[in-house]
Amino acid sequence: MTHRSVVALGIPLIVIAFGSLSLVMSQAPQTARKAATDTQSRAATPPAAAPDSPAAKPSGFRTPWGDPDLQGVWNDATSTPLQRPTGVGSKDVLNGEEAEEFQDQIANRLSRDRRDGGSEVDVNRAYNEHWMDSRRLKVTADHRTSLIVDPPDGNIPPLVPISAERQKERDERAAALARFNAGMPNTYLDFDLPIRCVVRTDMPPYMPIIYNNDFQIVQSPGYVVIAPEMIHSARIIPVDGRPHIGKNLREWLGDSRGHWEGNTLVIETTNFRPDTNIFQDADAATFRLTERFTRVDARTINYEYTVEDPHTWTRPWTVRIPWTRIDPAEQMYEYACYEDNYDVSHFLGGARDRERRGEVAQPIPHLPSVQ
Amino acid sequence: MPNRLLSVVGACFTICLAVVTLALMPAAGQQAATPQQPAAGQPGQSPSQHALDVGQFPPYKPARLPDGHPDLNGYWQSLVSADWDLQDHEAQPGPKPELNGVYGAGPAGQSIVEGGEIPYRPEALAKKKKNFETRAMVDVSNDKTWHNLGDPEMKCYMPGVPRANYLPYPFRIVQSAGASSSYMLISYEFASATRIVRMNSKDEAPIPSWMGWSRGRWEGDTLVIDVTGFREETWFDRAGDYHSDELHVVERYTPVSPFHLMYEATIEDPKVFTRPWKIRFPLYRHMEKDFQLLEFKCQPFTEEMLYGRFVKRPAS
Repeated sequence: MTHRSVVALGIPLIVIAFGSLSLVMSQAPQTARKAATDTQSRAATPPAAAPDSPAAKPSGFRTPWGDPDLQGVWNDATSTPLQRPTGVGSKDVLNGEEAEEFQDQIANRLSRDRRDGGSEVDVNRAYNEHWMDSRRLKVTADHRTSLIVDPPDGNIPPLVPISAERQKERDERAAALARFNAGMPNTYLDFDLPIRCVVRTDMPPYMPIIYNNDFQIVQSPGYVVIAPEMIHSARIIPVDGRPHIGKNLREWLGDSRGHWEGNTLVIETTNFRPDTNIFQDADAATFRLTERFTRVDARTINYEYTVEDPHTWTRPWTVRIPWTRIDPAEQMYEYACYEDNYDVSHFLGGARDRERRGEVAQPIPHLPSVQ
Repeated sequence: MPNRLLSVVGACFTICLAVVTLALMPAAGQQAATPQQPAAGQPGQSPSQHALDVGQFPPYKPARLPDGHPDLNGYWQSLVSADWDLQDHEAQPGPKPELNGVYGAGPAGQSIVEGGEIPYRPEALAKKKKNFETRAMVDVSNDKTWHNLGDPEMKCYMPGVPRANYLPYPFRIVQSAGASSSYMLISYEFASATRIVRMNSKDEAPIPSWMGWSRGRWEGDTLVIDVTGFREETWFDRAGDYHSDELHVVERYTPVSPFHLMYEATIEDPKVFTRPWKIRFPLYRHMEKDFQLLEFKCQPFTEEMLYGRFVKRPAS
């Protein structure tokens, strides 16, 4: 073949090749939308994981898109107290025998089936054990003496003096609680957020409570979603690096952003509403919360959180609570709350009734022996 | 001469091939200058403007998760005004227009019910009428009659299914894949209501709930959710359309474009309706940059309405 005929044949071949390529490219499957990143808007580096945390342990649990797998229904009930009680000395971890004794002492104190202390104390214990989560009578598997792991003494750090404005707010809430304890609340605003069925254990950081200590985690590409049982909400946490919402948007549950550090999901939450009592009465304007979730094994997630607020504590502090997978035959139920919140009409209606009968409120700051 | 002939043949072939190639390439984003016949449609071909204008979707092959199912993850919201009334409805003023003007007024809308009308049993229509007449009243002074009056949406109660899907608020479908993916989750901005969908489950509802007991499965590219175990107190809309504790809803979510799901629900309740009936409307994907659900915890908006009668008032 001559040079010219090769060229003459070659041109159509090139056109075929180019045309085919164009056809293939134009029918390519749509790729996932890339999320914009805005590193300048990201929060400052979060505090490092607490010492001895299992964050560095390798985990084989992965979603098909490669994220560590935290999915399932988990329970965080435990009797281990937040702060190290006196009587265990400076021990942060107990041996087997000590742990059993520790557990028995606490279980006895917490049990709602006790009948000692007189009738008023008995009534204040409210529901009996049937209604409680029995897992809340067990100490953590690692036999620690406190949920606080840092500072090493297992106690909340010293408090800093608070502003007069914050003190006034605390005094008003304390007065409302005292009216409530006396059975003489003035308005629905005298009740705390759980009794008003606005938020309960879904306001982070998560802490164990008397019942309904379940959390359901579902993941999808770019997201981790945590649905606590109370009060039926879902915390949708992007892990794609997008910025927080604007600072003028405040939420009861705050605004969460996650990222992976090895096998650990690190979540930073900001934008808490300033008009609610957030965790431990901290200052919403300066409160910072960092949570860490690490899958330990088939049945366990390690949940850790670090809180800091220079307007409340002299230093940050860290808590570790194990989450245990629930029995596969069990499930997390819907916790409706507001829809049948007879409490509010009963408590308020009862107070007005008592007033009509001439009773005068005798505020009670603290109810005796209620856990 | 043979070489020149070869060149001419080659040139013609090239031109023809180029023309054919260009004709077959999809014309992404082209605006049709003139109306065309409705497109028979291949995936990737631009549909005719007329087809879009009458609500026809061209055939669509959705993006998939690693397990092969269509990926329904996203923030979705409906655009129908069915929450005012599932059936045909005219525009209406809101409460106290002499004070509020247009605020609170409702738009007109066409029925999303297949066939137009909800097939009530004749004796069940009386309760719908009573619901409508008392939709804006509440009375929580007596436990036994606590739920008798008032639209539950007005009270910030969880809206149930299918109403949650046509409230004017967004929701997120959270869909996993793989061995741990036995649950989907749907999170609604309204009242922070949440549904857990149990995939491929045969378990029955253990107890009634406001958002119902949802069991999901795939039929081809359609997510089918079977919902039972409802609390009877939810309504379908502000017009007082209601159901009993025997409500059974079967939902179908079908991706029809990268930005739309087609939603259908079959509603069955032999105590209230003479036969099952269907609703159908598209769900639209939120495309605002960095969109997310915000909070609509509406309980505090309703406390004075529900409990104000029990509040201590200063002696006058």
